[in-house]
Amino acid sequence: MITFTPRDKVSNSWTLIGPILSIILTVIFGLLIFTFLGFDPAETLYQIFISPFSRIDRVSDIFVKACPLIIVGIGLMFCFRANVWNIGAEGQFIMGTLLAGSFALLFPNVETKLLLLCMFFVGFLGGALWAFIPAILKTKLNVNEILVSLMLVYVAMLFIDFIVRGPLRDPMSFGFPLSKPYSDGALINKISFPGIGYLGQLHYGILFIILLIPLAWVFNNKTLAGFQINVLGSAPKAARFAGFSRERITMSVLLLSGGLAGVAGVIEVSANIGQLQPEVSFGYGFTAIIVAFLGRLSPVGILFAGIIIATVKLGADNAQMTMGIPKVVTGLFEGILLFFLLTGETLQKYKIKWSWNK
Amino acid sequence: MGSKKELKILLEATKINKKFGNFVANKDIDIFIAKGEIHALLGENGAGKSTLVKILYGILKPETGTIKINNEKITISSPNVARKNGIGMVFQHFSLFPALTVAENILIALDQKIKFKDLVLRIKELSAEWELFIDPLKIVSELSVGEQQRVEIIRCLMQNPKLLIMDEPTSVLTPQEIENLFKILKRLASSGCSILYISHKLEEIIELADKVTILKSGKSIATIDAQNTTTKYLAETMVGKEITTLKKVQSKNLSKSIALELKNLNKSNSSDFGIALKNINLTVNYGEILGIAGIAGNGQTELMEILSGETVCDNEDQIFLDEIPIGLKNITERRQLGIETIPEERTLHASVPNLKINENTFLTYFPKYNVNKSFIGKFLNNPENSLNESEQIIKDNDVRCPEPNPMANQLSGGNLQKFILGRSLANNPKVAIFSQPTWGVDIGAATTIRQKLLNLSKMGKAVILISQDLEEIFQLSDKIAVLNNGNLSEILSANEISATNIGLLMGGNSKSKNDQEKRK
Repeated sequence: MITFTPRDKVSNSWTLIGPILSIILTVIFGLLIFTFLGFDPAETLYQIFISPFSRIDRVSDIFVKACPLIIVGIGLMFCFRANVWNIGAEGQFIMGTLLAGSFALLFPNVETKLLLLCMFFVGFLGGALWAFIPAILKTKLNVNEILVSLMLVYVAMLFIDFIVRGPLRDPMSFGFPLSKPYSDGALINKISFPGIGYLGQLHYGILFIILLIPLAWVFNNKTLAGFQINVLGSAPKAARFAGFSRERITMSVLLLSGGLAGVAGVIEVSANIGQLQPEVSFGYGFTAIIVAFLGRLSPVGILFAGIIIATVKLGADNAQMTMGIPKVVTGLFEGILLFFLLTGETLQKYKIKWSWNK
Repeated sequence: MGSKKELKILLEATKINKKFGNFVANKDIDIFIAKGEIHALLGENGAGKSTLVKILYGILKPETGTIKINNEKITISSPNVARKNGIGMVFQHFSLFPALTVAENILIALDQKIKFKDLVLRIKELSAEWELFIDPLKIVSELSVGEQQRVEIIRCLMQNPKLLIMDEPTSVLTPQEIENLFKILKRLASSGCSILYISHKLEEIIELADKVTILKSGKSIATIDAQNTTTKYLAETMVGKEITTLKKVQSKNLSKSIALELKNLNKSNSSDFGIALKNINLTVNYGEILGIAGIAGNGQTELMEILSGETVCDNEDQIFLDEIPIGLKNITERRQLGIETIPEERTLHASVPNLKINENTFLTYFPKYNVNKSFIGKFLNNPENSLNESEQIIKDNDVRCPEPNPMANQLSGGNLQKFILGRSLANNPKVAIFSQPTWGVDIGAATTIRQKLLNLSKMGKAVILISQDLEEIFQLSDKIAVLNNGNLSEILSANEISATNIGLLMGGNSKSKNDQEKRK
């Protein structure tokens, strides 16, 4: 039998050594697997860990990739802190994008960025509406929010597929399932640095994160609502004793996280794609769950977790492109990294005892 | 002392040390338990009793110290090892799955493999042998607390223990059940099984135990013969000072003005394991203490929730405060109207263990800081606002903290209860409602808390005390009622009702009120 007992206190040095050890172990296991599969192990590790940092434009791409992960992750943080398990951010991301995109396509010739601003609101609304379904079922009928939110992801995927193949398909798209391109007013521009020009794909959407993280921190630590979420998550009975409404908090965190997922979708598509297509999210909604937990449900933690995950994802893409390593193999490597990071974190907090019974 | 010397020592623990951070829980504790002996462990809350038994049962590891069983040195690294060495334990809070049957619950905890049919037979044998009557196929949620305890005892007996540890076993039982339990424990002891008995009830210890070890601030300060001592001596040794006896206000002029009134209150049960409240009528006047006795699980939780406002009534005129209907008011509104409730569970209900004391103060104080604030001001209302209040509560109520503004889980049970009480009473309530206020609290803190209740009534507050502790009910109450299966008995004046009567009412026997026997 294996038993986990909480440690009396977490040692400071281990909070530092833990993650480093995890990465070293990941590298060792990665080396073994790549060697075994016949890839040059040194080259592969270079592609995954070093190449994303090898040029300044690549570094900026890390932030571009991390952007949706962080925004969705922050939204999920509110839910998970309240012990509300929203697993369907992917669906909320898609529905926010779809609603905001449809709204943008109503105004094909608008140049002003006011349109973009409106799209933020519409996108928030779209994501929140999709999250409203599990929220109302949870608060009124006590239906498990994990199941409902997860299943609605697949509904959302099929729905956007239907929309871009049907009602919103661009007649000029030569049969491809694509909408018309957004007008200029609906696009997020790349940042042009004086004297340097563009840095990779770095766009103004990043500003939203710079705004969001301190706001989220203040919300968690300095507001009544943040306190209520905290109490509900750690002691539901105490929340009732304090007179906090479980229903209202559950509803709020689901709407908030759905809305933020929608906004993340708006930023992603307006900055990088510029039109609606069947695939607008590349698993951001699911990966963000990992980001939220890896970041220990704190805004700053989520920032770093988002950057780490984005780096490895980009590195894995590089390895696929330059060395022809199959996607499943890089996926396996990402899995190993997560496994060691989470194991390391668990071992910091718990002692493991093994005992063999006959 | 000499009479027991010829007995063989079963368990010998010497120089046991255990620290939690900077807090010394056990310091050089020695304890010797003879074969067939009932050995009581006595001490205030935070004296280190729980730590010591957890070490003996393998839940905690001591930093230093040796444990010998039958003169053989052993390391008890887990409860498994403890059980293999013949140590069994019955916890204060039972660890049973309510939705499973008795036999299934026992099967889960069993180390050896056994066929279910054989297990049922074995349980029946054991329960007949020890008069611990229980049906192995009954679902645990249908059992009374006393019966659940029997399940826990049988679970230990399955392993043929040499030493049975019992943590405050009588706190949940009726007088009749306690008597039964003592018979069983004495029989067990005379059959050769040693018993380590943890309790804060001094009379019990003198009645039951052979020896007492008294712990104070993590040290074992005395081991004495229980037969040749007095409750007074035990209490003084344990607390280390003369215990203040309760000053009951004798000639109180009971006011006739009704503070809180419940009229025909019905509430259906919200879950399968809940109890429905049936047509409850109750009044409590200013300046009086109404005691509500009854065995746990007879609707106390539900009554408490409906009084506090955690659950609201079905309509407004089922509860009145100063003759104004408040049935639909929620807990925050009732708090503002002057009704304070102190629930039974100190952690996770009245407080959040991993939050700081000021945050726990903020938990019930936050509406105060919302007064005259804009929307943004209310939104930015946060626990720092209650730093001063929480310091005041700590100071006024002698809450002993290991550091300024600690987490709630750093306080011992008694100190946490003092904080929770202080937090409520600082609001200067009109009506104070307590559920099990001295549950698991040491005698020193319990006396303080009981005196507080008396003082409250003296100050003209209306007090409702829901408790399973009959002694406490009789000590404090002016009027008494009994809750049984969601029904509240007639309210009787405390000097018209006897302990036997209450015992009968607790068991659901309503004709007892004709019994004129006066309480001694």
